[in-house]
Amino acid sequence: MADVTNRDIDYVAPAEVEEEELYHAHSWITKYVFSQDAKVIAIQYSLTAIAIGLVGLVLSWLMRLQLGFPDYFSFIDAEHYYQFITMHGMIMVVYLLTALFLGGFGNYFIPLMVGARDMVFPYVNMLSFWIYLIAVLVLVASFFVEGGPTGAGWTLYPPQTILSGTPGSDGGIVLMLVSLALFIVGFTMGGLNYVVTVLQGRTRGMTMMRLPLTVWGIFIATILALLAFPALFVGAIMMLFDKLLGTSFFMPAIVELGEQLSYGGGSPLLFQHLFWFFGHPEVYIVALPAFGIVSDLISVHARKNIFGYRMMVWALVAIGGLSFIVWAHHMYVSGMNPYFGFFFATTTLIIAIPTALKVYNWVLTLWQGDIHLTLPMLFALAFIVTFVNGGITGLFLGNVVVDVPLSDTMFVVAHFHMVMGVAPLLVIFGSIYHWYPKITGRMLNEGMGQFHFWVTFLGAYAIFFPMHYLGFLGVPRRYYEIGETMFVPDSAQTLSAFITVMTLIVGFSQVVFLFNLVWSLFHGEKADPNPWRATTLEWQTPETPPGHGNFGKALPIVYRWAYDYSVPGAKEDFIPQNMPPSKVSGKKKTKPRRAKRK
Amino acid sequence: MIVAFVLLLVVIGSVGFHLISPWWWTPIASNWGYIDDTINLTFWITGFVFVAVLTFMAYCVFRFRHTKGHKAHYEPESAKLEIWLSVLTSLGVIAMLTPGLFVWYQFITVPDGADEFEVLGQQWMWSYRYPGKDGRLGKTDPRNVTADNPFGIDTADPAGQDDVLVQGEDLHLPLDRPVKFLLRSLDVLHDFYVPQFRAKMDMIPGMITYFWITPTRTGTFDILCAELCGVGHHAMRGIVVVEEESAYKDWLAQQPTFAQSLAKANAGTRRVSTLNAGGSVR
Ligand code: HEM
Ligand SMILES: [Cu+2]
Ligand SMILES: [Cu+2]
Repeated sequence: MADVTNRDIDYVAPAEVEEEELYHAHSWITKYVFSQDAKVIAIQYSLTAIAIGLVGLVLSWLMRLQLGFPDYFSFIDAEHYYQFITMHGMIMVVYLLTALFLGGFGNYFIPLMVGARDMVFPYVNMLSFWIYLIAVLVLVASFFVEGGPTGAGWTLYPPQTILSGTPGSDGGIVLMLVSLALFIVGFTMGGLNYVVTVLQGRTRGMTMMRLPLTVWGIFIATILALLAFPALFVGAIMMLFDKLLGTSFFMPAIVELGEQLSYGGGSPLLFQHLFWFFGHPEVYIVALPAFGIVSDLISVHARKNIFGYRMMVWALVAIGGLSFIVWAHHMYVSGMNPYFGFFFATTTLIIAIPTALKVYNWVLTLWQGDIHLTLPMLFALAFIVTFVNGGITGLFLGNVVVDVPLSDTMFVVAHFHMVMGVAPLLVIFGSIYHWYPKITGRMLNEGMGQFHFWVTFLGAYAIFFPMHYLGFLGVPRRYYEIGETMFVPDSAQTLSAFITVMTLIVGFSQVVFLFNLVWSLFHGEKADPNPWRATTLEWQTPETPPGHGNFGKALPIVYRWAYDYSVPGAKEDFIPQNMPPSKVSGKKKTKPRRAKRK
Repeated sequence: MIVAFVLLLVVIGSVGFHLISPWWWTPIASNWGYIDDTINLTFWITGFVFVAVLTFMAYCVFRFRHTKGHKAHYEPESAKLEIWLSVLTSLGVIAMLTPGLFVWYQFITVPDGADEFEVLGQQWMWSYRYPGKDGRLGKTDPRNVTADNPFGIDTADPAGQDDVLVQGEDLHLPLDRPVKFLLRSLDVLHDFYVPQFRAKMDMIPGMITYFWITPTRTGTFDILCAELCGVGHHAMRGIVVVEEESAYKDWLAQQPTFAQSLAKANAGTRRVSTLNAGGSVR
């Protein structure tokens, strides 16, 4: 007991504080609900993100029904359509992918992979989830207020966002902005934890250059998020002021439907800069964890070290840094000073170089590997296909003058879905198949998994690949209907209907996936503690699923990097990071220690 | 085996789709063929990388798939290979960026002597203003907008009196003359977009933005709004007619000037304001 009473301040009650190594839950509520254990928080984050993600998925069906069959669905009017796109976009990018990768995967894997018992600040970590949950509830509430959710597009560009010509410009937009602000507050708490835990919580021997790339990806992405989200926070608060207090941060003099409004002097472009200063790094906040994770999936299932580990780390760092000086490539036709185009096109195309190197290193890891075509590996391969495709179209859009005809067309929609929608989601699926055995102690059903994989991969590709060509034609995005034009042939409508049918099929296969998640929890085959024979620490825990404190009595000591697969001379084709050198070439099969602990 | 085959099929299918797709650029009607050329160049370079990387991957999956007793080769890194790949990638990037920036410079540099006119966007309609006999557009301010002065032209500016106003009608442009579009919005963001011109630019209340083109063939083309501007966004359409200069001049002569339309309004024949016409979309 430490005596922390200060006799000089007698108006504050004296206190004695118990010293605690690690927080221990004492009741069911503190163990499973208001839990401070990163693994429980991770699952809470993931389930919430998946739940709200399902809303985003259903919205995409509704939008596709309208686009594929414009005259059939009278309940989808223009107002609803714009609300659907906005909520779909925001939900998918922020509330699903960001929350799942950082709040979900970050919480589960950072402590386990760096060899820590928990996050460094468990209490703040718990708060992070609960604030996220409130942010999600506020977002959901906006569906039920008068006027409905905002229909301003996920970019929320003023002035239209808060003017009456846009659906949901009263309650809807206010709740959206409040929800975003809450999300950022909650994320910051979690994010600080992830960064500090990687920097301070590593076990003995776990140097930075021995970290698995999964941790590197999440680590760099979190740093980006901590630096980028404040820009959105500022934008959201200022816009709230413009909406509620009548200030004019983003509002110039405006004549709305013949009526002079009392705004004046603000700058719509300022908001766009703030938004994209957040928005571009956001793309990488979603992409970098996927980069990291997929590197590990490929390495484990090809039984080969990731090719060029150091290059992979530096590429992550370089991409992260560069991602802060490319934001205005989203604004080439925004009316900003056109000379910015030279700078931002150059930085944008430079970022392609470290990105391309990562792709090369993934496929070079396959070269001379021992490729097990397991489900995680299949998803990793599919990721490479969609990421290469989406990355390439990014070179079109980044090259300022090429962007002029293509921006704001379906080409853009196809591009960003391929690169930041489908590609990261495929990694998420792959990692769920990979780590589910560790998290639940059971394997996912293989048959359902195969069905899910093939339909999702080929279906999503068939949705978004042809969509680029609608963009070449000049079909604009965010159009409730294209109607009669002199340049879009009727066949384009047939293509659009095909895309819609594929969307519904891919959507159905997600239902199978969810069913698999639940079914396998009870009926799945019992999993080995290390079914993929992987080297990283999360597979070496004494219990599966890992217990409170992760590693039993003693923390593991790390002797090597995370990629000792198929090392010549070693008995097994993998050497766990915590295996001492003396045991590597031993004659008998070395098993990870199994400390018994009740 | 099957997996490698499907990966290969994806590559072949993508390239095949590209080659036989009936959906491609609408025929161009402006001088920006350079943009199409840059895109074609980008297609060649990136298409090559796409095919090379994915075919290599499919080959690896085929060749190095797990079989009994097979063991992976241990090779942490190869600095030489990585440097080579970086250099080649950089060359590819330079090959795309250099022409891109060159064309961008042309795109933002308006030739001397280009005709100027103004496009005015508002929810959810387009209007146009030509400079009139003096060749100059009058000053504007949204604070001046009234039912009789929908463009918000400064009545004290003599340059504004002879401005030619086009409302609720098609836009006409003369063939083969460089023209600078001055873009202005009264309410929210819009974006003036004609697919055949290969050009577009946002319109921002409180600012004047621009782009320029030279129309290279006569015809009638759709004008679309390409920046989400509220619930009528998709219905914010217009038509641009590119015609021989003489036909264009005849058309322009029939349009009212600002002075004429003001006089008409003051004469008591107060027309119903066209300002609110767009409101019916909602
Ligand atoms: C199979 C799944 C999906 C389908 C079928 C789908 C479909 C659509 C459609 C039809 C639109 C409207 C396009 C338009 O502007 O006309 C859209 C917009 C959008 N989607 Fe998706 N989407 C899917 C998944 C995702 C995912 C995973 C993400 C995460 C990055 C995402 C992010 C967005 C964004 C940011 C927008 C733009 C919203 C806006 O314009 O404001 N989508 N999606
Ligand atoms: Cu970006
Ligand atoms: Cu518009």
